[in-house]
Amino acid sequence: MDIIITGLLLGGTYALIAFGLNLQYGVARIMNLANGEFLVLGALAAFWIFVADAISPILTMLVVAPLAFFGNWVIYTVLLRPLVRRAKTQGHLEVDSILATFGMSFALVGIMVSIHGEYFTYSYLAEPFEIMGETFALNRIIAFCFALLIGGLLWLWLYFTRPGMAMRAVSVSTEASGLVGINVPKMSALAFALGGAVTTMGGTLISTFITLDASVGVIFTMKALIIIIMGGVGDIRGAIVAALILGLVETMVARLIDPGLTLAAAYAIFVLILLFRPQGLFGRRPS
Amino acid sequence: MSRDSSISSLVWAGVLLLLAACVPLVANGYWMSIALTIAMFTVLTTSWALFSGPTHYISLATAAFFGVGGYLVGTGMSDFGMGFWPMVAIAPLVGAVLAFLIGIATLRLSGVYFVIFTLGLAEMIRTLVSWIQNNFTGSRGLYVLTDLSEADIYIYLVILAAAVYFVGWWVNRSRLGFALRIIGNDETVARHVGINTAMSKVILFTFSGFVAALVGALIAPRYTYIEPNGVFSPELSFIVVIMALLGGTGRLWGPIVGVIPFALLQEYINANYSNYSTLVLGIAFLVIVYFLPSGVVGRIEQALARKGRSTW
Repeated sequence: MDIIITGLLLGGTYALIAFGLNLQYGVARIMNLANGEFLVLGALAAFWIFVADAISPILTMLVVAPLAFFGNWVIYTVLLRPLVRRAKTQGHLEVDSILATFGMSFALVGIMVSIHGEYFTYSYLAEPFEIMGETFALNRIIAFCFALLIGGLLWLWLYFTRPGMAMRAVSVSTEASGLVGINVPKMSALAFALGGAVTTMGGTLISTFITLDASVGVIFTMKALIIIIMGGVGDIRGAIVAALILGLVETMVARLIDPGLTLAAAYAIFVLILLFRPQGLFGRRPS
Repeated sequence: MSRDSSISSLVWAGVLLLLAACVPLVANGYWMSIALTIAMFTVLTTSWALFSGPTHYISLATAAFFGVGGYLVGTGMSDFGMGFWPMVAIAPLVGAVLAFLIGIATLRLSGVYFVIFTLGLAEMIRTLVSWIQNNFTGSRGLYVLTDLSEADIYIYLVILAAAVYFVGWWVNRSRLGFALRIIGNDETVARHVGINTAMSKVILFTFSGFVAALVGALIAPRYTYIEPNGVFSPELSFIVVIMALLGGTGRLWGPIVGVIPFALLQEYINANYSNYSTLVLGIAFLVIVYFLPSGVVGRIEQALARKGRSTW
């Protein structure tokens, strides 16, 4: 029971991060491998401000989100749009964007290492909290609730507003949505920026209960990718289920076998998905 | 492409390799060590480019195969009392089998899946190996003690480079190379004209896994002490990608054009500004994507073509 709840709590935060990458890959068509570094940036900001002024990470998140939104907007319009224009095919864009975002990822790691090379350790709300007779760390629960809140707001925005609908249209087909008068370049930039902001907020939340360091981003990028592929690209419902599965499996392996094997477990899931359901849990096989 | 496969290019490569084999006669300790690094990356990038050049699949699995090679030599000699050469024979076979299985699982799918899978492969094998070591075999460090000098290893690697070049030259002439070029241009077309796209890719990927594991095994005596965290360092995969793309993968000899300057640059950065090595890798990637999309060799060829000469 303890394992299941801890796993679900972790999965909730994973879902938020995957949500961010899903917007970037599903709508803006950029496989952003620097995504994990933005997560770490969010964590670094939370750590920094908490250590300097003892300001709650939740408040930090409100400052970090618009900054990350702006930063990602600039990255998309300055660095990635030329690649989109240059690419002749989707495959070509994929290779270019993978290489470019790898470059950004390394550059960001390099910069962060020079700012703070050690672990980001701080203690925020590390108090016991009881659910059904068992105790859990309060910070995990708070992080889960905020992940739920942010994810829920995004979902409402995507499904019940006009820009949200336009964004979903772009994720279905860039060409067709251009034909019905949607400003595709603007929507792509918006999706990319929004995705970056969501991921950064996820990083701030995660830093309250997991100790990170400057070079750990790539692990989170991979987890987010595994979740997206498991859930199916652009499928929010699938991503949530996939994130919860990943959180559960990781927690189980860490508790029952060896904490060192969590990554191997995530990989095992990935291989099974690739072999048996490459279209995602709920996706249909392309005809 | 056809010019790459002529007999004269084979002769040229042979002459250059003979020259390279003479390096130990003139180089002292420090330069010998750099020459060894260059030889190692030449083999790794050339075999990487054989697969990734024509297919445009970015493989980040080099470190995984390299690590498997180095680790097998280490564990074989320390934990099981095997000799160096038997392990050198076994390691590349294991690398090839591993590459074959990965290829079968991922190469039928789109490129992104492949990149992501290979990205974490070295990391996953490393955690598995550490786990097995901690729980079953006991020893954490593995010693590879041989009486091979750096110059000996260098010569082996040059011979291996010659073999890889020859295979690449032969593949370019063969139906397999032709098939790969079609796959790289348009995979759908390739499938429709009856090419077994998955199999062609798997064959070359298996070969690159074989070579990388062999390099890892051969170079193990250089480090004497093998640790999973060292041999499975993911940085190696990225450096191989950067070097190959910097030189250009359109030509068989393209990668080496990137290997030499980048190896020297790395040596310099690590010696003087080791804190910035990650930043340098990042900048190198960005420079390649934005300024050298077809590598240095591609740039030179464009410039020559613009002048109206196409002698190369």
